[in-house]
Amino acid sequence: MNAQLMMALMPILMLSLTAVVLMIQASVKRDQSVAWVITALGLLLALWGAGYARGFTQPVTVLLMVDDWGLFFTTLILVAALVTLILSKHTFSSEGERKEEYYLLLVLSVLGAVVLIQSSHMVSLLLGMELMGVALYAMIAFPEKGQRPLEAAIKYLVLSACASVILLYGFALIYAATGELSYAGIGLKASIAYDQNPILLMAGTAMVLAGIGFKLSVVPFHMWTPDVYEGAPTPVTGFLATVSKGAVFVALTRFFAEGQLYEYQSLMTALAAVAIASMLIGNWLALRQENIKRLLAYSSIAHFGYLLVVLIALSYGGAEAGLIRESITFYLAAYILTTLAAFAVVASIAGEDERKNNIASFDGLFWRRPIQASSLTVAMLSFAGIPLTAGFIGKFYVISVGIQSQLWWLITALIIGSAIGIYYYLRIIFAMTMSAGSSADMSANDEGKDQKNIAQDASVSSQDVLAMLLLTIVLLLGTWPQPFIEFAGRL
Amino acid sequence: MVMVNLILILLVGGVLALLSERVNENMPRRVALAVVLFDLIYFLIHLSGMPELTQLQAPLPDDPSTWLMHFKADWIPAFGISIEFALDGISMLMVLLTLVLGAVAVSASWTDVIVRRGFFEANLLWTLAGVLGVFMALDLFLFFLFWEVMLIPMYFMIAIWGHENRGYAAMKFFIFTQASGLLMLVSILALVAVNQSATGQWSFSYFDLLNTPMAEATAHWLMLGFFIAFVVKLPVFPFHTWLPDAHTQAPTAGSVILAGILLKTGAYGLIRFAVPLFPQAAMDFSYVAMVLGAVGVVYGAVLAFAQTDFKRLIAYSSVSHMGFVLLGVYAWNELALQGAVMQMVAHGFSTAALFMIAGGLQERLHTRDMREMGGLWQQMPRMGAVAMFFVVASLGLPGLGNFVAEFLVLLGLFQVDPWLTAVAALGLITGAAYSLILMQRAFQGEPNPRLADQGLMDFGRREMLTMAVMMLALVGLGIYPQPILDIAQPVLQSLLEVTP
Repeated sequence: MNAQLMMALMPILMLSLTAVVLMIQASVKRDQSVAWVITALGLLLALWGAGYARGFTQPVTVLLMVDDWGLFFTTLILVAALVTLILSKHTFSSEGERKEEYYLLLVLSVLGAVVLIQSSHMVSLLLGMELMGVALYAMIAFPEKGQRPLEAAIKYLVLSACASVILLYGFALIYAATGELSYAGIGLKASIAYDQNPILLMAGTAMVLAGIGFKLSVVPFHMWTPDVYEGAPTPVTGFLATVSKGAVFVALTRFFAEGQLYEYQSLMTALAAVAIASMLIGNWLALRQENIKRLLAYSSIAHFGYLLVVLIALSYGGAEAGLIRESITFYLAAYILTTLAAFAVVASIAGEDERKNNIASFDGLFWRRPIQASSLTVAMLSFAGIPLTAGFIGKFYVISVGIQSQLWWLITALIIGSAIGIYYYLRIIFAMTMSAGSSADMSANDEGKDQKNIAQDASVSSQDVLAMLLLTIVLLLGTWPQPFIEFAGRL
Repeated sequence: MVMVNLILILLVGGVLALLSERVNENMPRRVALAVVLFDLIYFLIHLSGMPELTQLQAPLPDDPSTWLMHFKADWIPAFGISIEFALDGISMLMVLLTLVLGAVAVSASWTDVIVRRGFFEANLLWTLAGVLGVFMALDLFLFFLFWEVMLIPMYFMIAIWGHENRGYAAMKFFIFTQASGLLMLVSILALVAVNQSATGQWSFSYFDLLNTPMAEATAHWLMLGFFIAFVVKLPVFPFHTWLPDAHTQAPTAGSVILAGILLKTGAYGLIRFAVPLFPQAAMDFSYVAMVLGAVGVVYGAVLAFAQTDFKRLIAYSSVSHMGFVLLGVYAWNELALQGAVMQMVAHGFSTAALFMIAGGLQERLHTRDMREMGGLWQQMPRMGAVAMFFVVASLGLPGLGNFVAEFLVLLGLFQVDPWLTAVAALGLITGAAYSLILMQRAFQGEPNPRLADQGLMDFGRREMLTMAVMMLALVGLGIYPQPILDIAQPVLQSLLEVTP
């Protein structure tokens, strides 16, 4: 392995280094604020590394593919990890919990995500996914006292393990059919293998897609999502929704495009059914949720349904491949940033008190904490796809691609899904506009607490800065997307 | 640049109004009024400076330089999206209507809104900015953007300052318009895709997209996407169910803007986009649209008659009046179109005034239920007289603007379909019935004993001044409608040439 290759792996190296330093630090002196600073520095170094590696894009062995596209998502995921880190500091501030391990797990999970993004081989795909997943189980269960995090972690662990097994079985079948494990190799040999034994190949890819679909939580693999979202500590939920899902979708896109899976009609039909079901069922189930984290869980199911539309368009021609890739880039970036904005607010409002995740606890937020409320409003509008937000341009891309490929059924489902979606996103906005005094359950005791919160707010204004920053980015992507479109087009 | 400034002034003015609350809680309304009037004067000054106004030529649909004003700047060149505004006679009338009614709305909010005044006036100004954008944008992406974004401040106005059932009404209003807007978005993108495959270039410009060649079936579907979005806003039976709720629950200023201006964006969209972009498809569809319009005229009137809620009655009367606009547009001859444009302006004034009266009553009586009223004329003679004026205007008394409008529509429609004309003319009779019953129940008859000794305040100077402006406008439109017809004529003429 020559130096050039090492340069290309810079972000991965930096993250590994951070993990090692964190372990050494824990054995020398346990101090969570030091661990926090090390993690922050490590993530920043990795960010620098992602920029540095852009000069050395190349395949690194058969396992990894370092390219501009992957590096862009690496950057995005590192940013998401930094946001998670900032939010975590606020959430895990109570005494008596050992936090150093949490930061180590965070770094390992990000490392897994970066490997996943750059994987070009089934081995690295599995490696990245497991590294990311195993660290996540522990992060979800991290608060020692609660039962819900534990329940969520167990649920995620068991189901995730099943999904991994299915994934592995799928790999085996594909290997049996083609004799290849790298995406490109599969792409080359798949058509011959299909002619010889279509069932073997199709069963294999279907199982791989099921395993990946579980991580993306698309219908019918979505059952775990609301419970895990609700049970996990809020920053971890945000991490799961952005880093984990984003990385898996990038990996899916690579596998899909390079393995040329879009050539097979039966597979595409199945995927289209999954997309339609995700859009409709995800949005439908979100309607009656009272807990904002469960609501966002269902909303993310729907959003990955929208994203699948773009992937399906690959097989139907019509839209140029460049436009399709640009759409995925934009939509996924918009989704990640919007989700971060939403979870930043949810985390800062709820704090450590997980009971404050009900929509009712957002009543009158506009008048209590206008910056947080504005940020959440913009995030909801972006999710709903209202113009001037990043989400709208994303939706604009998806619909354009869908129209050019003439996927009318999918577009119909998208419209119905979005129309349903407006209702629950607006519910949150409406709750925030209610005047604080009018809500009946607002007892004097609660008001006293709010007073305390307001006093506290002055000291935690870093959260307001974060909310403002994310709000600005989401709006900027929506109002002046040209630079980003050009950038995404070059990737 | 003038058109961009018009919008910017309102946007910045909104921020100023929001901030001015810190100075004094009465400041926001003054700032808002100043901003709207400034915008109006700014626009008038630029109009008076234009020599074209005296000798209006037909603005060619495919040549922006023949329009009164045109502005274009790149925005998202990757998709051929630009910030393109253009102004012709019809949009000019609509902009003027928006700004005048904007000032009326600020006046209506003067004492009506008592909490969070700064944020209220800001939302009001932002809504106006969005509406101006809708009336002037000729890039379809930009148009869609304004179309959707203007709803957000409007949503806040209903959701925060509305009456008892505001949450439901605001939600219904937003979902109806958004869901139909999505259909329009799909149509816009499909139209652009068709155009792109024909020319090889992305463009959202109205001037490029006119005369896009496409298959007949495609044109029908795409036209339907636009049509549904616009008729939901207009609104037309059976898409009207959001309107009574939204109009009734909105604060007075919100109702004034909703009924006076926002409904007209639907009509404007039909005239500007739905028909010219798909001329053949629209003509094939015109009979269905006209039947819907005629049904709306009668249905709205019958429902209005049955209401006991003062605002709800006026809201249903809007359904009826907007039916005339739909009839006028799809009759698609010069007379009927003139009538439709006239109706847009006249109905704007008459309904805005009626909603202000309703707001005035609610402020004084704390109810909108007409069963609780009666004999109010004795206590509030000025308000009674003003109400009488606008009620007879709304029922179409000759000499006032609404009569001219409805008469022209019926005249134009008669050339196309006499039977539908007969049905629509029923609307004039039923209109008289519900308008007079409104007057009868609220202002005449036995005085309600409960209200006898409440010492109700009659309309004050501010309210009378606002009303006087609208009265003058309606009398002017009724007696001397020629200027409006002259302004609209060249535009309509060139539009008529687009269709086969």
